[in-house]
Amino acid sequence: MKQVRAIVLRAAGINCDMETEYALELAGAKAVRCHINRIIEDKSTLDHFQIIVFPGGFSYGDDVAAGKILANQIVHHLYEPIQKFIDAGKLALGICNGFQVLVKAGILPGSDKAESQDSVTITHNDSGKFEDRWVYLAPQTEKCIFIEPGRQIYLPIAHAEGKVVTKDDTALEELKSQGQIAFKYVDENGREGSYPVNPNGSVDSIAGLTDSTGRILGLMPHPERHVRPIQHPHWSRLKDKTDGDGMTIFNNAVKYVQENL
Amino acid sequence: MRQWRFEVFNRPSFSDVHGNSVLEEIKELGISSVEAVQSAKVFLIEADSNDDSAQRVGKELLTDPVCEEYYIGRSGPPAGLAKATLIEVHLKSGVTDPVAESVMAAMADMGVKTGNVRTARKYVLLGDITQSQTDTIAKKILANDVIETVIIGSEAEPPGPHLKPYEMQIIHWPICDLDDEGLTALSKEKDLFLNLVEMQTIQKHYRELGREPTDVELESLAQTWSEHCVHKTLKSSVDMSIDGRQLHFDNLLKDTIFKATKQLNKSWCISVFVDNAGVVEFDRDSAVCFKVETHNRPSALDPYGGAATGIGGVIRDPMGTGMGARPIANTDIFCFGPPDKKLEDIPKGVLHPRRIMKGVVAGVRDYGNRMGIPTVNGAIYFDERYLGNPLVYCGNIGIMDKNKCFKNPQPGNIIIVVGGKTGRDGIHGATFSSGEITHEYEAIFSHAVQIGNPITEKKMLDVLLQANEASLYEAITDCGAGGLSSAVGEMGKDLGAEVNLEKVPLKYAGLNYAEIWISEAQERMVIAVKGENVKEIQKIFDSENVESTVIGKFTDDKKLILRYNGQKVAEMDMDFLHDGVPKYSRKAVWNTPALSEPSIAEKDNYNDELLQILSSYNVAGKEWVIRQYDHEVQGSSVVKPLTGIKNDGPSDAAVIRPKFDSDRGLAISCGMNPLYGDIDPYWMALAGIDEAIRNLICVGGRADRIALLDNFSWGNCTKPETFGPLVRASQACHDGAIAFDSPFISGKDSLNNEFSCEDGTQISIPSTLLISAISIVRDVNKCVTMDAKRASNLLFVVGETKNELGGSHYYKIKGHLGANVPTVDLETAPKIAEKISSAIAQGLTVSCHDCSEGGLAIALAEMAFAGGLGIEADLRGLPKSKDCSRKDSQLFSESNSRYIVEVEPENYDAFAKLMLNLPFGQVGKVTGEKTLTIKAEDGKTVIELDLDLLKQAWQRPLDW
Repeated sequence: MKQVRAIVLRAAGINCDMETEYALELAGAKAVRCHINRIIEDKSTLDHFQIIVFPGGFSYGDDVAAGKILANQIVHHLYEPIQKFIDAGKLALGICNGFQVLVKAGILPGSDKAESQDSVTITHNDSGKFEDRWVYLAPQTEKCIFIEPGRQIYLPIAHAEGKVVTKDDTALEELKSQGQIAFKYVDENGREGSYPVNPNGSVDSIAGLTDSTGRILGLMPHPERHVRPIQHPHWSRLKDKTDGDGMTIFNNAVKYVQENL
Repeated sequence: MRQWRFEVFNRPSFSDVHGNSVLEEIKELGISSVEAVQSAKVFLIEADSNDDSAQRVGKELLTDPVCEEYYIGRSGPPAGLAKATLIEVHLKSGVTDPVAESVMAAMADMGVKTGNVRTARKYVLLGDITQSQTDTIAKKILANDVIETVIIGSEAEPPGPHLKPYEMQIIHWPICDLDDEGLTALSKEKDLFLNLVEMQTIQKHYRELGREPTDVELESLAQTWSEHCVHKTLKSSVDMSIDGRQLHFDNLLKDTIFKATKQLNKSWCISVFVDNAGVVEFDRDSAVCFKVETHNRPSALDPYGGAATGIGGVIRDPMGTGMGARPIANTDIFCFGPPDKKLEDIPKGVLHPRRIMKGVVAGVRDYGNRMGIPTVNGAIYFDERYLGNPLVYCGNIGIMDKNKCFKNPQPGNIIIVVGGKTGRDGIHGATFSSGEITHEYEAIFSHAVQIGNPITEKKMLDVLLQANEASLYEAITDCGAGGLSSAVGEMGKDLGAEVNLEKVPLKYAGLNYAEIWISEAQERMVIAVKGENVKEIQKIFDSENVESTVIGKFTDDKKLILRYNGQKVAEMDMDFLHDGVPKYSRKAVWNTPALSEPSIAEKDNYNDELLQILSSYNVAGKEWVIRQYDHEVQGSSVVKPLTGIKNDGPSDAAVIRPKFDSDRGLAISCGMNPLYGDIDPYWMALAGIDEAIRNLICVGGRADRIALLDNFSWGNCTKPETFGPLVRASQACHDGAIAFDSPFISGKDSLNNEFSCEDGTQISIPSTLLISAISIVRDVNKCVTMDAKRASNLLFVVGETKNELGGSHYYKIKGHLGANVPTVDLETAPKIAEKISSAIAQGLTVSCHDCSEGGLAIALAEMAFAGGLGIEADLRGLPKSKDCSRKDSQLFSESNSRYIVEVEPENYDAFAKLMLNLPFGQVGKVTGEKTLTIKAEDGKTVIELDLDLLKQAWQRPLDW
């Protein structure tokens, strides 16, 4: 079978790169962690990969706003290579800080950069503080290749700035009608709700977004932290589970590359 | 270059989360005149830019296009709102401003050249507010005097940074001709915290040399000889009187705690009490190291910064252990004054406990989370006596190759400082932490506060791990207390070192050579590198924008030579520096206090007592704190700090699985109970050891691979009656380690935790010994958690309940201390631990919880509400001593070495067989009802409470 190659971006303050690399390897990809300086030095680096992952962490301390400084760096040094990567039909995944970076760089929800930046952002949780908790996620779209429609998954969040907001209702309607809402926060029974079901106050309970192609996914929860059954908070009650819910995202990505690229 | 001022506000249609939380805190202060608070970020940027590019910076970098808007210049109060008070909070000059550094880097990415950048916060307070209210709000909520300046309603920008260059001048502090009075005065004047005997020793040394010391020589001695660095009290010889019986120790530590470690002589202990952290074997290829530190003084002055640098500093300990470990877990244990203390009852010079707690939690949160290290275990303890001296213990565990556990610096190795730049931050931190706090300390010792930048540390960690992997250095250590002086001094102790201080990269101009040498600026490590590797290692550092600088080399003459621009400013014998500190002999006294048991009438029903204990601050849930820490990062959690069907029950210990490809785990726990120390510190210490070990055992830790850490926080130990309890506790550590076959591998002490109030009264903290513990888990798939799992399962108690309510929470809510402090049966306790550990390893139990604070009834309640299942208990089955006949002592006694175990009916026989000859009995079963019911020996129900009610009582007090 074709060797799928994934690159996990590192930068100052990124701190989920190792477990993300491990998740990709579990899914069968060959994964490499790479510092952003190396890609800026040699932009053809990305040519060797089919999946790019923007992992979690606190890039540049989340100074100014979460993901902002790294997004600014990407906009000014790597926007074209990343655009080229996407245009070549390849995949991009942003997790937590990586999602914040993709949104602030105008890559998600995407299309026109400035318009994207002006219509959607991610800001401080309503609770005003960092929170680590497990959440249920319900897929909302059939167009995102990372997602198995209809399969509710259970993942941890760990963030202070995870509230997705849109400029106005029109922008929200646009996301809905284009099928760009990837995941919503729900309760165990699949129903939307207030805090803590929706842990940060995201508009419409949005937990993740995809672009118009369905090949870019950004989400606040951490799929790489639930790749083995033993990471489930209730694993000792669920002895027959064989897989962590987060693997579905990495498995789908690897499968897509094997079948399509 | 022109200075641009940007103000960034939330758009009115988006909520101002920060402003709202400030408003909430103002209301908590009892000020009701403030109607609303608007917050803004302020950026003062010197840049080569015209209006257009300034607008670009405002729009593209500083402002979120969706929910924020910016204003260039100084905005006035909102239109139509005359009654607005404008307050700005700026960092004091020289205080690290990480956001400013990021903004400079980002503007470079945008192609805009910048000069100096500073950030500030602006608040617009709406409402009819008096001047004194404004001052109170600014002082109590918005700013910390120690690091920040408040500007109220003024147009002036704050003073600029230090720019005045330093003019070299060698300073001598003459000592040879001083009399005793003069020596004492010099020590005091220069904040050396050296006592007369030490000053006399130094004087004698310099008389022999026939010259006067330079300032930096005396500073080096003061720092190296500080209590913080050499632990002279714990290493002193002690004459102890216990209830009139005389005892002598030549060296307290060596005769107690070390002695046990030495006697146990475990093959799996790799490096104990010698390096920055204690190192033990993890598996065939790897070792783990563990260190816990206190950061009490800085946290009292600046809770946020003090706690942040506390965790930041202790993370560098494993990073600087052996050839450097990768940090895999943090722990944190705090002691505060009561959070509901009235503002007017807070002594002058002290922050309110609630503010301290919020700041400390935020500091640990922001630093630990940014480092990407899960914070997995901790505890919080409240007592009046921590008002002036909050305690902040931070711990870190690292993992490393087993063949890289030792350093090997050699003469000729180049000394490189890596990471952050050096500033005036933290000067005199080591000596400061060895003195006593007074109400004036805030003003005098503000420079001892250190400012952290976790991203600098994370970047440094990333490159050091690469350099370690490539074996490019020979030794590594952190710059902690004492800064370069301590790091270079320690590493070169058996060699000799020459350092050129002008090479050290500075945050700003103006530092003199002595300040450079003793600064405790954060995020710096020192490495020893072979000449041929310097280029290659610096290439790795450069590749990820981490600063590294060659500052000198190690020699072979056992001399420490410091130069500044080629001029020699210090020449010291390493032997005198490290071994010259005089040995102390101290007196210690312990007289068993004359205490008695209270007489409390026995009742028929204890619902109220159970709810009240669940709601007492020490027992109550700490979810508000725990959730603010990332405990899932690194993907290693197996037993999480919060557990149960709703993820909100209190885990006994954490288990992590540090290697992706292995099911071997590490269990991490702690134990502490200062209240017992008021009765007898010996039993307090053993209770701490027993509790830490119980916690490990409960989750599935091995009983034969337990390693312990001690952290003593005590009052002024020059007082024999304060030192006596410490000696008692040390004896207990020895006895506990031997009995449980579990060596201590590292420890630390923080003494002189006393606060002098303005009126002269002294508040000494209660004697506080924290025991931290780790153990190996053979197979994490066998771990269990504390929540009840299934209706109809059987519940057993293993371990005897005795009439031991002394120091209990039950007595506390009744306003008593009592006398019958819980003891530990050193014969039986280790056997029980071993058997429970076997039962869990054999899969005979589905949950396990220890009885600790609050006793049996609390533990049963916690198991029930965490599992969402009822429990029917019957005290007839409880294994108990003869004198434990009363209902209240059976329910609430805090006897040690007790475990509640849930067993499936089909495993009853196997479990009972394993527990043969131990005190154990079936106390009930798990039910499908949502109720906890406990029947007394007479068959009558003494407790019957709904699970939701129990959980609420436990969650509410600290649900902020």
